[in-house]
Amino acid sequence: MTTYYTKDHEWVRVEGDTGTVGITTYAAGQLGDVVYVELPEAGASLAKGDGFAVVESVKAASDVYAPISGAVLESNTGLADAPEKVSEAAETDAWFVRIKIADTSELDGLMDLAAYTAYCEGL
Amino acid sequence: MTMNTQGRPTAPTAVSTAAIETISGSRGLLQQEGLLFEIGTPETTGVDLPKPKGLKSRLGGVARKVDTGLPGLSEPQAVRHYMRLSQKNYAIDLGLFPLGSCTMKHNPRLNEKMARLPGFGDIHPLQPQATVQGALQLIDELATWLKTLTNMPSVAMSPKAGAHGELCGLLAIRQALIARGEGDVRKRMLVPESAHGTNPATAAQCGFTVDEIKANKRGRVDMADLKAKLEKSEDVAGIMLTNPNTCGLFETDIREIADLIHKAGGYFYCDGANFNAIVGRVRPGDLGVDAMHINLHKTFSTPHGGGGPGSGPTVFSEALAPYVPVPFVTKDEDGIYRLVEQVDGEASESFGRMVAFHGQMGMFVRALAYILSHGADGLKQAAEDAVLNANYIQARLKHVMSPAFDGYCMHEALFSDAFTADGIETIDIAKALIDEGYHPMTMYFPLVVHGAMLIEPTETESKAELDRFCDALESIARRAAQGDDTLKGAPYLAPMRRLDETRAARKPVLKWTAEDTSKVAAE
Repeated sequence: MTTYYTKDHEWVRVEGDTGTVGITTYAAGQLGDVVYVELPEAGASLAKGDGFAVVESVKAASDVYAPISGAVLESNTGLADAPEKVSEAAETDAWFVRIKIADTSELDGLMDLAAYTAYCEGL
Repeated sequence: MTMNTQGRPTAPTAVSTAAIETISGSRGLLQQEGLLFEIGTPETTGVDLPKPKGLKSRLGGVARKVDTGLPGLSEPQAVRHYMRLSQKNYAIDLGLFPLGSCTMKHNPRLNEKMARLPGFGDIHPLQPQATVQGALQLIDELATWLKTLTNMPSVAMSPKAGAHGELCGLLAIRQALIARGEGDVRKRMLVPESAHGTNPATAAQCGFTVDEIKANKRGRVDMADLKAKLEKSEDVAGIMLTNPNTCGLFETDIREIADLIHKAGGYFYCDGANFNAIVGRVRPGDLGVDAMHINLHKTFSTPHGGGGPGSGPTVFSEALAPYVPVPFVTKDEDGIYRLVEQVDGEASESFGRMVAFHGQMGMFVRALAYILSHGADGLKQAAEDAVLNANYIQARLKHVMSPAFDGYCMHEALFSDAFTADGIETIDIAKALIDEGYHPMTMYFPLVVHGAMLIEPTETESKAELDRFCDALESIARRAAQGDDTLKGAPYLAPMRRLDETRAARKPVLKWTAEDTSKVAAE
């Protein structure tokens, strides 16, 4: 199980050919109190870089981009009624979708935790 | 500056300095006021009418069977209700309204006088055209001014607001692409990340996909990113760019951007929201713009916000002129003004119609009154003064706040929250401004600047007013830099304390119910 990070502040935790995707704690902190999350339905197919979800906070509405291509297996439907989870547990309970990864070689361009932490410090 | 009390000495007896609560909820002469549902009853009425006799329902049995339960009020109750609410309002007629990108400028009273002339104010859009020649002439004259000021050959007068004008511009671009046989291919619209939110929304509404262009360190379009996005150009529909942009900066590469877009086969939509900064100085037609909306309620001083309505005439280049929407005014050789209403003949390539009638007549009168009372030199000076005022604010506050970018700004000064101590946020500064008697600035926008504070004073404000505002903001900024926690509690002096925006967004209450008030009262 390895977790990868994007420059747009998404994380993807990979187990076999399944990826769990969410936004990082850093991103959640920047957004402020999250008030709304819009997620795709199971079965939707995502291309790497596609905006697949929307997070709305009291400050801004932001697109969330797919860190990797694949088909959506499951959405975290609980977030619709409890968007505050994103502010509280961005990298654990508040995952957005589980994806069946189309091509694991796409993970090569992503950052590991150390690289992502360094990237955030530079912002 | 405080109120002059010469000859009106006050002599309060010092009893207590504790906060004073009142039985009525009113404070001083500011009245507390409930909702219409709370102060009215279904049994009350302002007008006594005799019961109608011999009335037969023609609703075929679908008439409402139960009472609506709507509250009734007497006339004095209704008048006081709205008067009391208006006391809590903030307006450009009360003070500086520093909302960035909104151009909240003074609405000259001469405009109002002209708009109320019966020949403009009391006419109907379905009147025979022979009876409204003066009104049609006015639309045509305003159109001529807008075309001259922008150096664009064509204008659609009917769009009713800025975003509606954007829609008009993009529908024309779509129509032009369809006419070229590329409507299905050219689907990608480039939009800088600092754009107004309406830009990507409009593009999506017209069936385009939005491709975001990055900003560079100077707050302008990153040319390398733009060029990369144009490498594969056969699907490019165009670009939507605001100039001056929402960072309050002039896009210095705009001519090159226009050339690149045109070479790629796309069109250049310019968002004219910030035209007030350049009117009389720069003509968008000279910059290679193909379409641009003009907010009459910004640049040309018609009422804005609740006092609207808006009006968003949209100017077009030669390339897009054939596709302008109907209706439009034309002048025949015999000097008669005529409305072209149908998509045929001289308007056979028009993309169609956006509104039922001809646009916002009342706003056209006000805008033309503004233009004619200023003249070309006055318009230019207004733009220059707007830029001067913004730079004065930036210069006065840059020592205590953090300007987002180096150098001079255009019509608005943009600061980041870098100067605040940990724990103090942009929203705390905005709320503290309310206690000082000011509507807050635009905050957290544009998104490219952390904790953005965007201040647009417009040319309306005198130096004395600007100083008064800067004194207040400077003091708040110093407290923010020192980490003064009392800012977190602001506003202290407004009719309502700080609203819980998070709860309001997560659990919105969209309907008043009697139960709710009893619950609140019990808590």
